[in-house]
Amino acid sequence: MAERILTRNFHLPESHTLRVYRETGGYEGLSDVLAMAPATIIETVKRSNLRGLGGAGFPTGVKWGFIPKGHQGPVYLVINADEGEPGTFKDRYLLEKDPHGLIEGMIVSAHAIGSRLAFVYVRGEYVQPWRIFSRAVQEAYDAGFLGKSILGSGVDLDVVVHRGAGAYICGEETGLISSLEGKKGWPKLKPPFPAVRGAFGAPTIVNNVETICHVPHIVQRGASWFAALGTAGQGGTRMYSVSGRVARPGVYELPVSVTLRSLISEHAGGIANGRRLKAVVPGGSSAPILTADEIDVTMDVDGLKNAGTMAGSAGVIVMDESVSIPEALMIVARFYAHESCGQCTPCRESTGWIYKMTRRIVEGRGRKEELDTILDVARRGAGTTICAFYDGAVGPYISYIEKFRDEFEALIPK
Amino acid sequence: MSRPAAVQFTAGELALVRRLQALYPDKRAALLPVLQLVQDTFGYISLEAEEYVAGLFDLPPAHVHEVVTFYTLFFQEPKGRHVVSVCHNLTCHLEGAPTVLAHLRMRLGVDVGATTADGRVTLLAVECLCACEMAPMLQVDDRYEGNLTPAKIDRILEGLE
Repeated sequence: MAERILTRNFHLPESHTLRVYRETGGYEGLSDVLAMAPATIIETVKRSNLRGLGGAGFPTGVKWGFIPKGHQGPVYLVINADEGEPGTFKDRYLLEKDPHGLIEGMIVSAHAIGSRLAFVYVRGEYVQPWRIFSRAVQEAYDAGFLGKSILGSGVDLDVVVHRGAGAYICGEETGLISSLEGKKGWPKLKPPFPAVRGAFGAPTIVNNVETICHVPHIVQRGASWFAALGTAGQGGTRMYSVSGRVARPGVYELPVSVTLRSLISEHAGGIANGRRLKAVVPGGSSAPILTADEIDVTMDVDGLKNAGTMAGSAGVIVMDESVSIPEALMIVARFYAHESCGQCTPCRESTGWIYKMTRRIVEGRGRKEELDTILDVARRGAGTTICAFYDGAVGPYISYIEKFRDEFEALIPK
Repeated sequence: MSRPAAVQFTAGELALVRRLQALYPDKRAALLPVLQLVQDTFGYISLEAEEYVAGLFDLPPAHVHEVVTFYTLFFQEPKGRHVVSVCHNLTCHLEGAPTVLAHLRMRLGVDVGATTADGRVTLLAVECLCACEMAPMLQVDDRYEGNLTPAKIDRILEGLE
């Protein structure tokens, strides 16, 4: 069994408390890390091949390096806890079961990028996780792990826990920044990238919860240790959220070199009720679908990219032979139509139109030419919008239809 | 919990508003938390409340309206004493969300989006709540409930005053 890093304490009662966190070695190495030069920490994270685990998979250390050299004035660290990608639930577990792991990660990361004020943006529906995490922040303040001169190091950090109010688009980093600033969550044009001009006009690093939880372990155990756990292009383990028609749905922390087949058949107990696998969405609903014949792939960013899909948020949705793929696409299309923020015309119009077409097809009222219309509309809009939301919708539109076209055609009246 | 009279914070609530505003480099960033406070205090966010909040932030009421209408957790009309939100996204759909919704519609006698005549429950269908491991699932007020069966749904409803 591979070593579990982020989930190692999940089985302990009271794992969310400062007491248990410290008893299991938490905050132990913090003094030494705060004495390290920020540039050394950034270099270590770069060499570890830690990739962003929220969805985009961007190298974390490289992102940190985009803050303008010699910048005077505030820098903000923003934690993206606006978990919303359908099929994903790992950050909820981290907030509820290991909040101090996130806080320690924030302290180390904020020190590395020179931030003295950090925000944690928690999705509004996550009331329990927000309460547990907020209590942990208070515990950390009371014990001197947050505030002025942490453990006498001269390093300061304040943490503000901010609640969202229900909008998938706020998980997109510039939409999140708009929302944090008190606006509707409309994404912003890049450049400037947030690392140059982000929240409140200052350089801002937005990182996912799980990404930041890895940082203290990388800094204390070394870049090579972390890199060696994974593949050539991505280090470490990550938390796979597995749901749908498997025997044991849940969160599985595994090296990113694990194959999709092993994740489903060994770790998640195989397909439920003795049925056969039909298809898998490997990285949250925005990831193009894979057929049962395409699951001998490693679950790292590059492995899934080479398989024509993406690692995304590592939300794995498993469908067995009894699932109707057109119906699944209709549900996914409804989601994108509902969550499009309305800023860019191709996304606002196409998501609604494509949802209507998929619904007509599922209800047996589709027209023969509509499958090609969906593909055409999807392809024309791809890459034309401010953020990646629409491209995330295009992945399922095209892949579900191309890989399961017979099923769609069977529903269309002759 | 709801106070339907004129929209006006108490001195204590106003002090909390100022504390929230002081947490951020720009006080406007406290708009979402303050709107949450308005909703917790008055039950929903009326147009009058939007104007009142705009005054607290030196913002045009149109800005506040734009924010209130953008987010799904802000209610512009009175809601039930409890809100039951059924996830109808992909995994929950595969695992039986349509049956869950049908059972709730039957038990409550209302359609999705509506509130029971006694003001007890508002029924909603929502996008992924990110608890797919317990699909089909719903949120009842602050709480997630998963692995739903008709019997479990009935028990949840019985617990709502």
